[in-house]
Amino acid sequence: MTAQTMTAPEPPLAMLVELTHRCPLRCPYCSNPLELERRGQELDTAAWRDVLDQAAALGVLQVHFSGGEPTARPDLEDLVEHAAGLGLYTNLITAGVLLDEARVGRLSAAGLDHVQLSIQDSDPAESDRIAGYQGGYRRKIAVAGWIRAAGLPLTLNAPVHRHNIERLEAIIALAVELGAERIEVAHVQYYGWGLKNRAALIPTRAQLERATEVVEAAIERLKGVLVFDYVVPDYYAHRPKACMGGWGRQFLNVTPSGKVLPCHAAETIPGLAFERVTERGLAEIWAHSPAFERFRGTDWMPEPCASCERREIDWGGCRCQALAILGDAALTDPACGLSPHHDALVALAEAESDREPPAFQYRRMTRPEPVEA
Amino acid sequence: MTATRAIVEDGSLPRLPRHVKLRFDPARDRWIVLAPERVLMPDEIALEILKRCDGKTSVSAITQGLAEAYEASAEEIGEDVAEMLQDLADKGFVQL
Repeated sequence: MTAQTMTAPEPPLAMLVELTHRCPLRCPYCSNPLELERRGQELDTAAWRDVLDQAAALGVLQVHFSGGEPTARPDLEDLVEHAAGLGLYTNLITAGVLLDEARVGRLSAAGLDHVQLSIQDSDPAESDRIAGYQGGYRRKIAVAGWIRAAGLPLTLNAPVHRHNIERLEAIIALAVELGAERIEVAHVQYYGWGLKNRAALIPTRAQLERATEVVEAAIERLKGVLVFDYVVPDYYAHRPKACMGGWGRQFLNVTPSGKVLPCHAAETIPGLAFERVTERGLAEIWAHSPAFERFRGTDWMPEPCASCERREIDWGGCRCQALAILGDAALTDPACGLSPHHDALVALAEAESDREPPAFQYRRMTRPEPVEA
Repeated sequence: MTATRAIVEDGSLPRLPRHVKLRFDPARDRWIVLAPERVLMPDEIALEILKRCDGKTSVSAITQGLAEAYEASAEEIGEDVAEMLQDLADKGFVQL
């Protein structure tokens, strides 16, 4: 054991709570794993309260209530209230379609700090097609109004891909119209369902460059009106993203059944065993679980990361991406221009985005099969 | 939300919006700002400014307060205070 791993790590800043993997939407880029956990496996209210207690004690500052669709859990208000009582910053990441006005009011009264509402497109029919859910767009617009009426701050989450990238300007205008304070323009990330549907989703380089111009102009034009978070797609990047701010450094994820992960896609990595909050304390798992220690810090790094001056900026990029593209999670993320495999990744993106997109393989609980898009 | 950018003036009454929380974090033994998808670790001056953003204290009174605390002249630091508040407002951490 090295000196580095013997020192207790800094406490995490944020915890993503996947209350459930159930969701009425079927977005083909869902960040949930292909193997979705079922209702019967979900932690009960008391167990989630205990997780929140442990998180606050560990030093977690922000809790993101997510899923699946977290509003599918009737105890969401209870858990928000519990988290707020612990001084945790509470954020709800929702598709919105299960909410009604009364429930938005109850969540606000429970002490919810912030809502992230997803939108699939500015075009209603396209939005519903992408989500695989009829009537979703109309419901979301109504929900945004209820959120604002309750005095809750709103971020519009807009995942971007080749089916809606040409309407990015209209999506940004929609955020302003709905009274959102923030917008996350997030190019789809290719993990889980997104990876499965990559050929259907990946934009061309020209589309990406145009989208970036649109966002940069909007940031300037809407200064002081709308705050932007812009997530660029890795495949065309020059430097990799510092995934999760570094493995096991700032972030942890708890699945519906209580498995504790360094990121939501970590279960794709073979050979890592993830412990459950029902079996071991959260602080113990954070500090000592072999899965968290495996890629923490810089000791695990291969070249070109190990001697790179950006090793504590990029943290080697994303482990799940190295696995997905190269078959080895311990290699440098090929999104990095210094990776010997970077050119192959770019060639893959260019070739795939140049072809006619195949039909979506919509997210589903049972074994996925192609569905007409 | 207003549809236009708010500009810092001497008489503005800056406050923290509902989704921004300034609190002391015992785990890290320091003051922090919590905002959507963001945790800020303000330096001493930023903290002194944020603590005064109560919706009742004007920008000129904030400047005056800081000038007294740091034995500087209000003229000297006024521009820096306004600049910092404008930046915080543009990023959504402060409302005017």
